[in-house]
Amino acid sequence: MSMMNIFNVSGSAASAQSQRLNVVASNLANADTVAGPDGQAYKARQVTFQTQLVGANANDPTAAGVTVSNITEDQTPGRRVLDPKHPSADADGYVTYSNVNAVEEMVNMISASRSYQNNIEVMNTAKSLLLKTLQIGQ
Amino acid sequence: MLNRITDALDFQAQALSLRSERQRLIASNIANADTPGYVARETNFAQALRDATGNGQPAAQLAASQPGHIAGNGPTSGATFSTLLYAAPSQTNLDRNTVDMDRERASFADNTVKYEATLRFIGAQVKATLSAITGQ
Repeated sequence: MSMMNIFNVSGSAASAQSQRLNVVASNLANADTVAGPDGQAYKARQVTFQTQLVGANANDPTAAGVTVSNITEDQTPGRRVLDPKHPSADADGYVTYSNVNAVEEMVNMISASRSYQNNIEVMNTAKSLLLKTLQIGQ
Repeated sequence: MLNRITDALDFQAQALSLRSERQRLIASNIANADTPGYVARETNFAQALRDATGNGQPAAQLAASQPGHIAGNGPTSGATFSTLLYAAPSQTNLDRNTVDMDRERASFADNTVKYEATLRFIGAQVKATLSAITGQ
């Protein structure tokens, strides 16, 4: 039953997309955090997807799922704002904010949620087809 | 005698097997729409169905090693796509991903409808065979 594998394929993709959505959520939540006592502000995170073959035969390219291979931190320096009265200001009076770009994250969020929806729809279709297959000859 | 009844079903069964294989392939393309470097795959359905049914080669022959054995065709295995093609990218992408979501969604819907059509054909054939057997 090669159709059964669709749930592995689309399920792995939905799980990877939800992980991406999770990372976007933590980036957006930390968009305005400032550097802590160690002087390091929050760094935006990004997931990297990788193809993972999920078929019974490990070399079968027709069952290609997705996995999150790693999560990287954006190393660009954070936003620095002159605010000498701020409790977290450094010796020069600058406050370092996180390097999250809210616009980029919003775009990322919409892309992730659309891809998630696509995969759920694929699973729904496969499920209804399988149910109809079970009724052959009845 | 009995295999004549089931032979008619065999063509549709091979088609159904190929349809479900194709459904999985398109699901893989949709799943990897955001994977960097993923290359979308396509199939030649007509060619695969011709290969699976036209030659009439069974997957395995039953051995007739004793005088009393009846020579018969072995069970045919589920048809698969022997060669996969690469979908031509319509727009280039910075991460070298060649999945065209519009085309994949259209192929998925098309394949869904044709899968259901094959199911109906099989169902109708089973009903016809049953009514022939019962004679009512």
